[in-house]
Amino acid sequence: MIRSVSYAILLGWPFEGSTVLRISLPLLALAMAPTKKERTASRNPSLVRGIGKFSRSKMYHKRGIWAIKAKHGGSFPRHEPKPASAPPPAVKPPKFYPADDVKTPIPNRRKPKPTKLRASITPGTVLILLAGRFMGKRVVFLKQLPSGLLLVTGPFMINGVPLRRVNQAYVIATSTKVDLSGVNVDKFDDKYFTKEKKKTTKKGEGEFFETDKEETKALPQEKKDDQKAVDSQLIKAIEAVEDLKVYLGARFSLRSGMKPHELKF
Amino acid sequence: MVKGRQGERVRLYVRGTILGYKRSKSNQYENTSLVQIEGVNTKEVAWYCGKRMVYIYKAKTKTKGTRYRCIWGKVARPHGNSGVIRAKFKSNLPPKSMGRRVRVFMYPSNI
Repeated sequence: MIRSVSYAILLGWPFEGSTVLRISLPLLALAMAPTKKERTASRNPSLVRGIGKFSRSKMYHKRGIWAIKAKHGGSFPRHEPKPASAPPPAVKPPKFYPADDVKTPIPNRRKPKPTKLRASITPGTVLILLAGRFMGKRVVFLKQLPSGLLLVTGPFMINGVPLRRVNQAYVIATSTKVDLSGVNVDKFDDKYFTKEKKKTTKKGEGEFFETDKEETKALPQEKKDDQKAVDSQLIKAIEAVEDLKVYLGARFSLRSGMKPHELKF
Repeated sequence: MVKGRQGERVRLYVRGTILGYKRSKSNQYENTSLVQIEGVNTKEVAWYCGKRMVYIYKAKTKTKGTRYRCIWGKVARPHGNSGVIRAKFKSNLPPKSMGRRVRVFMYPSNI
């Protein structure tokens, strides 16, 4: 009974089941009223891995190749063979073959994502720095850079912390937030903060004995301007809130009896 | 602190005491030390797991400009029910450290 149904379907939709001419199926489907879903499962259920339930001749019959052939006068419909293109220009065999077969390593296409930002850290949050030159300082979080590090500023006028990168693990996020509208931090990324490469001058004999600590690392004026630009907007927002300026100017410290695991930041 | 800071000294670490090595009655395992963190005496110790800690000591000779030396370590896991933790240091702590101070920092932080 199932076979008769499948015959009827096959005769009604001539291209169904033909893998060669499957491209035309969607067009035909549009022509015929009810659109038929393309068969997704194989007609040959597997009994054991590698062994199907039906033999080759049974599968020939199930796929309806006999019906397709009947429809096309005894032979399976084919595309015209592609016109043979001119043979590619002959490549000369290389003169030199390397002695050993060297395996070329597969190029690494992995692009690491920036570290997942903690939910408590949002732009404008006041953070406490836990380590480094500015430990204990309360700073304002601006944004996360593509490397995963956090871009942070004191602001410089308030507590001496410049635009700086900081790792998320060395920071405690407080619940205090500063309004960041009006601050544009788009121009800052990791390249802005990389150290400039010292030009390696070849040392001649005479120069070898000279100390070359003459280059003083003065901060370029444009970095100072960037700092001012960011801070001017921020300080306005900070002064609008009572005591926030003093809060940011003060450092955090643990006192006697303070237990960090019980503190709510 | 050792940098000769002029400004205020902030304490961003919790004080801890080194109690000794992980041990049974007659065997001790020096690769793990036991540390009692100040102010913690129950299961709340889980907050400190993973935090870095340092044992600081002084030596007679100056290395890298200072006489202070340190051994870094981490809080590994709680030990028992009373707030003691097990700590693993980069190199095992010397026995003279028993009873002495250790600094447990608040980083890597998760707050």
